[in-house]
Amino acid sequence: MVEYISKIQKISKKILQDGKVDIIIGFSSGSLPMASRPSFIKSPEDADKLIFDGNCGINLANYLAGRKEKIGIIAKGCDSRNIAQLIVENKIKREQLFIIGVPCFKMIDKRKISLLFEDEITQVTEVGDKVIVKGKAKEKTFNREDLLQANCITCTHHNPVIYDELAGELIKEPDQKDGYEDVKKIEAMSSDKRWSHFSEMLSACIRCYACRDACPLCYCPTCFVDEAAPQWVGKSADNQIDVKTFHILRAFHCAGRCTDCGACERACPMSIKVREFTRKLNSDAMRHYEWEAGLTTDKRPLLDNFRVNDYQDFIK
Amino acid sequence: MFSYTTDTNSEDCNIIKPINKKNVKQAILGIRPCDSASFGIVEKNFDTEEYKDPFWINSYKATTFIGLACDNPDSTCFCTTANSGPFDEKGLDILLITSGDSFIGKILTEKGEEAAKIAGWTTEAPANSVSAIEKQKKEAESKISSSISTDKIKNKDTLELYNASFWEEEAFACINCGTCAYVCPTCWCFDIQDEISDKKGIRMRNWDSCMFPLFTLHGSGHNPRDLKYQRVRQRFMHKLKYYQDKYKSGIQCVGCGRCIRLCPVNIDIRSICDIMNS
Repeated sequence: MVEYISKIQKISKKILQDGKVDIIIGFSSGSLPMASRPSFIKSPEDADKLIFDGNCGINLANYLAGRKEKIGIIAKGCDSRNIAQLIVENKIKREQLFIIGVPCFKMIDKRKISLLFEDEITQVTEVGDKVIVKGKAKEKTFNREDLLQANCITCTHHNPVIYDELAGELIKEPDQKDGYEDVKKIEAMSSDKRWSHFSEMLSACIRCYACRDACPLCYCPTCFVDEAAPQWVGKSADNQIDVKTFHILRAFHCAGRCTDCGACERACPMSIKVREFTRKLNSDAMRHYEWEAGLTTDKRPLLDNFRVNDYQDFIK
Repeated sequence: MFSYTTDTNSEDCNIIKPINKKNVKQAILGIRPCDSASFGIVEKNFDTEEYKDPFWINSYKATTFIGLACDNPDSTCFCTTANSGPFDEKGLDILLITSGDSFIGKILTEKGEEAAKIAGWTTEAPANSVSAIEKQKKEAESKISSSISTDKIKNKDTLELYNASFWEEEAFACINCGTCAYVCPTCWCFDIQDEISDKKGIRMRNWDSCMFPLFTLHGSGHNPRDLKYQRVRQRFMHKLKYYQDKYKSGIQCVGCGRCIRLCPVNIDIRSICDIMNS
């Protein structure tokens, strides 16, 4: 994926010089290993600051909603789907955007590496299908395949769905569709067991809302948990009912819109698998409506589009 | 903090009463020196000449702090230039120092002495312990690889820093989650909430974060920190400038590096500090 960098820089420089865009939203080097930083650049000279690697898992579409200028944006498969989603939801205009598409070789999960490497990690280098991890006292080489973000493993849309120029050749998408095996496992639980499973999972939540704030779908001016008059949801992290209300309701707000980009889980400081909720909704959208979010800007979103042959067995 | 009932049949209806917290003696075992140093900072907010917060003070007084010295600080630790150090004793009652398979406990206060007695920690430390600990401390301090400078911030004009042009760019990546504030040992801002279930209510206090728009939303609907960059600016101005100006005792940070490690978008207090100090 690092091969894309020179292409990204070249395209960015050109479109800034030509005045096609006012800013480019991309990634620059972070101050820590595995922490590429979302950044914007305004001048062509700064295009050299743009980078791309397996640590660019934050979804850049999150920085688009409501912006007024002409924007160049670096987009992996999932980012591009969220951009399409934002266009359909009238949060940004297609004409405002110059999308630099990046066929995605899947993102690295920094927590997986940290668990496999006992020492503090000081440097991580990606070389082809290998990842070389250096600590203060030792070095270890991993297969990239073993370190992937969970959502990237099941992803079937690595190529950007909309773009103006590509930073690399389109890649072959996997033949297998996502089987939602993880969702099926949870569906198979009794309701009591499922409740205790989710209760345990959410007990670590500190209510920092990083999952919501990293999500490109969550652009409401005031989130329902922040409503103060009336206040719908209690604030205490001790009250587990409120914690669950936040997570479950937030997931429902993403129904038919989530691209499973994994930004929520990546941002969570407590490593909570919040995708378990959105994956269930994605699985239902697929199973009942053959719907995957953000694949086109031509169709209305799933939930504001009624078709007479829609699945409606749930209406009793 | 308080409880009440809204049951009109009760003679205590709508009368708020303090919850009788017994403040049982407790100990925090293995707290890092930077974290215990943070209590000295937080105390400046909860225990002042003018206001004394009984909930915080009583709980603090009932606690014995048994720290564990850091032999292997992270590369994100900058405690030695932020009010603390890997063997810092501030705020501690006992400092435990790793010595082979055991710990040597340096008893620092009367409270610590009492705790050691209760725990049965009575074995005398080897004779050369004092010099060995000093050597270990120097070694640990030399492993701290990052630092910050705040000297120039102190003398800068507050409004000049406040109006500086770099805030918008530095704040761009921020997603305005509260991770930095919630993992910070020196962030002290809180919210007070009433929660009622049936007719029983409690008035409680929980952490809040200046990253959230709701934090400063006025009853009128006006929000003085409506924009993201204003909230990011507040975080760093409070820690590195306003606190220095108000309390004249350094910055509101102990250099634990948690906000750096856990920020999902790599906003790094060290680089912001560099920009502010330049």
